[in-house]
Amino acid sequence: MSIVVDIVLFTLLGATGFALLKVRNLFAVVMLAGIYSLLSAGLFTVMDAVDVAFTEAAVGAGISTVLFLGALALAGHHEHRPGHTPLLPLVVVVVTGGALVYGTMDMPGFGHPENPVHHHVADHYLEESYDEIGIPNVVTSVLASYRGYDTMGETTVVFAAAVGVMLLLSGARRARSRASPAEGGESAGGPERPRNDSAAGAGKGDE
Amino acid sequence: MREEIIVRVGAKFLAPFIIMFALYVHFHGDYSPGGGFQAGVILAAAFALLALVYGLEAVQRVLPLWFTRMCAALGVLIFAGVGVVTMLLGHNYLGYNALAADPTHPEHGQHYGILLVELGVLVTVFGVMVTVFYHFAGRGRRDP
Repeated sequence: MSIVVDIVLFTLLGATGFALLKVRNLFAVVMLAGIYSLLSAGLFTVMDAVDVAFTEAAVGAGISTVLFLGALALAGHHEHRPGHTPLLPLVVVVVTGGALVYGTMDMPGFGHPENPVHHHVADHYLEESYDEIGIPNVVTSVLASYRGYDTMGETTVVFAAAVGVMLLLSGARRARSRASPAEGGESAGGPERPRNDSAAGAGKGDE
Repeated sequence: MREEIIVRVGAKFLAPFIIMFALYVHFHGDYSPGGGFQAGVILAAAFALLALVYGLEAVQRVLPLWFTRMCAALGVLIFAGVGVVTMLLGHNYLGYNALAADPTHPEHGQHYGILLVELGVLVTVFGVMVTVFYHFAGRGRRDP
């Protein structure tokens, strides 16, 4: 039964991938990307990685779709045809993909109980975590307690990403609002003009 | 989408359940799939849904940008702060055993510690997602 589900999901995943390549309407591309994430989440569920599937469904199919829609509103709905021939990218992709497939030949069999990944520290986590941590979900105990440092680092990375987005997007708006009244004449050298429009909504409470 | 009565009513009906589900995912993360990260994303999705239907201004009256930016930093502070507290209590950094009221049951401390750091993850992820969404959605207008 599981193999039928696998085949159906992989077929749909492949079809969605090809559709993503061919479709030129970016609104459809965003929707297809969301479907792709949802199908991946289904695959993760079949592989018993429920936490990963949950994250994929929430982030990939949920929030990223909304963010892509926000980006579309800024960038327009139609993708232009590329000016170059797709031959060189095709060669690069085929060679890289071939190397990756070749690399998987050396990997141990999927899900095999003797794999090293199941015996390094996993035995300890599975056998001892309920006594040491006292909660049934081993994923949570590994994530938040045994690997607490990593999770703190990830939280900091998420925070840093937001700082980057804020700097990029609000900085561009400031430069444009500075340039527009002068008609682009002295946009580079002028002193810092007070941010009349962008500061109004953004900086009300934190100063 | 502001004229569509079904979408408006549907979004208003769904949003509290999405928020409730996010809290469930967080507080039930010890027993079932999920945790702070997923809960933060789901919570942010509830406000993104409301913003898509009712417009950015309406949502920002409830959840202003300064608040979500503060959340993004506050979550990291909670996470790191738990580590500092456990150090002050004489254990390792992020050694949650220190938080147990009864030293013979260190796993109680683990439970508190995990809930607290997951709360930090939730607050940061929620703040970051909503802040990024505000910046993307508000960029085409004069005042976001």
